[in-house]
Amino acid sequence: MSRVHDMGGRFGDGSVSPDAEDAPVFAEDWQARALALTLAAGGLGQWNLDISRHAREQLSPKDYSRLSYYEKWLAALADLLVKRGVLTLEELGKTQGAGRSPLAEKTLTKDRVPSVLSSGGPVDRRGPSPRFKLGDKVSTRHPAANVYVAGGHTRLPSYASGQMGTIIAHHGCHVFPDSNAHDLGENPQPIYAVAFNAADLWGKGNVQGGDEVILDLWEPYLEAVDD
Amino acid sequence: MPHDHDHPHTVLPPEPALRVKALETILTQKGLIDPAALDEIIDTYQNKIGPKNGARVVAKAWSDPTFLQALRDDATAAVSELGYYGRQGEHIKVVENTPDIHNMVVCTLCSCYPWPLLGIPPAWYKSDAYRSRAVREPRAVLAEFGVTLSADQSVRVWDSTAEMRYLVLPMRPAGTEDLSEEALAELVTRDSMVGTGLPKKP
Repeated sequence: MSRVHDMGGRFGDGSVSPDAEDAPVFAEDWQARALALTLAAGGLGQWNLDISRHAREQLSPKDYSRLSYYEKWLAALADLLVKRGVLTLEELGKTQGAGRSPLAEKTLTKDRVPSVLSSGGPVDRRGPSPRFKLGDKVSTRHPAANVYVAGGHTRLPSYASGQMGTIIAHHGCHVFPDSNAHDLGENPQPIYAVAFNAADLWGKGNVQGGDEVILDLWEPYLEAVDD
Repeated sequence: MPHDHDHPHTVLPPEPALRVKALETILTQKGLIDPAALDEIIDTYQNKIGPKNGARVVAKAWSDPTFLQALRDDATAAVSELGYYGRQGEHIKVVENTPDIHNMVVCTLCSCYPWPLLGIPPAWYKSDAYRSRAVREPRAVLAEFGVTLSADQSVRVWDSTAEMRYLVLPMRPAGTEDLSEEALAELVTRDSMVGTGLPKKP
């Protein structure tokens, strides 16, 4: 049911190696190029943020674990370019573009970069009134699965699925990734910050009392719990 | 190599620098990429947008109670006034460390991070080890950054599962009462704004 990217709480990854504060932003030039290429190709408008996240999640578990961060971006970008019809598999295999694309009028030009990067892509929308209020107890959907598409995109991590938490903030309505990642529309839904006791998630003996984990969760992930 | 139809990327050369080159070449031939635009994007994130932005926000919050209140009310609007808005920072929330609570930010599902305030995330933030462990054993992870919390401080770990982007507002170090906003900003480290570090002492 789960995918390999959903790794919160997993054991076995070893220790964290902090980088120096002044380490280069990109360890290698190709990484910078991979990031820029991904952002520029996204500007063609053939997919949205949720589709691109899902493309990375759809890498095989073997590739997801083996590839470095920007290699995952590149692999997902190549997959998307073909799946969304921007390039053909043949063009990709031959490293040869067959003629100018009809999408070329949308190409991100140098002069537009500052405005595109600084305008971003806000996801707040008009949507349904919130069902929950601050302080409400809620339980999270179990299993943490997309209800529209088997194996589809969702932003409810497995470790927080089937758990009880408390609403601590309401962020308005945001685009719902579970539908937006699958061309099913933005389907805006109320979104909340939900606090979970770390002891509930990981077991009492494993955490210090009072520690919490907080996640931003859309209303369809949540059910009311009677006190 | 047989083609994997779910994964067209497998037809590209395996070496990452060659993969990037191949994709850039094809897309440029098709008129879909302006290589000068790529240079401009790289320059933006390499040289223009980085943790200095967030440090300015923190130093201002430490020095200016009106700004601190504006951050609490609507952080997105407050940091936008300083010119910090954009991609991966459309919805900002600032979480304040106190003597009772230490905040720490992670994205277990990918690598969500407040780009306009902190720039591109460092490698450790994107690592499997940080993503898997920060939610389960934040204190052990903090120890790997050389941070030990007091026993009566609770940890709040914020898992960035949506488009809200979190900036930790660390506590102002003691002995900084006379420092200017500019001098305070020098004490604010990137890690202190993710919650894996503390500000430098004056």
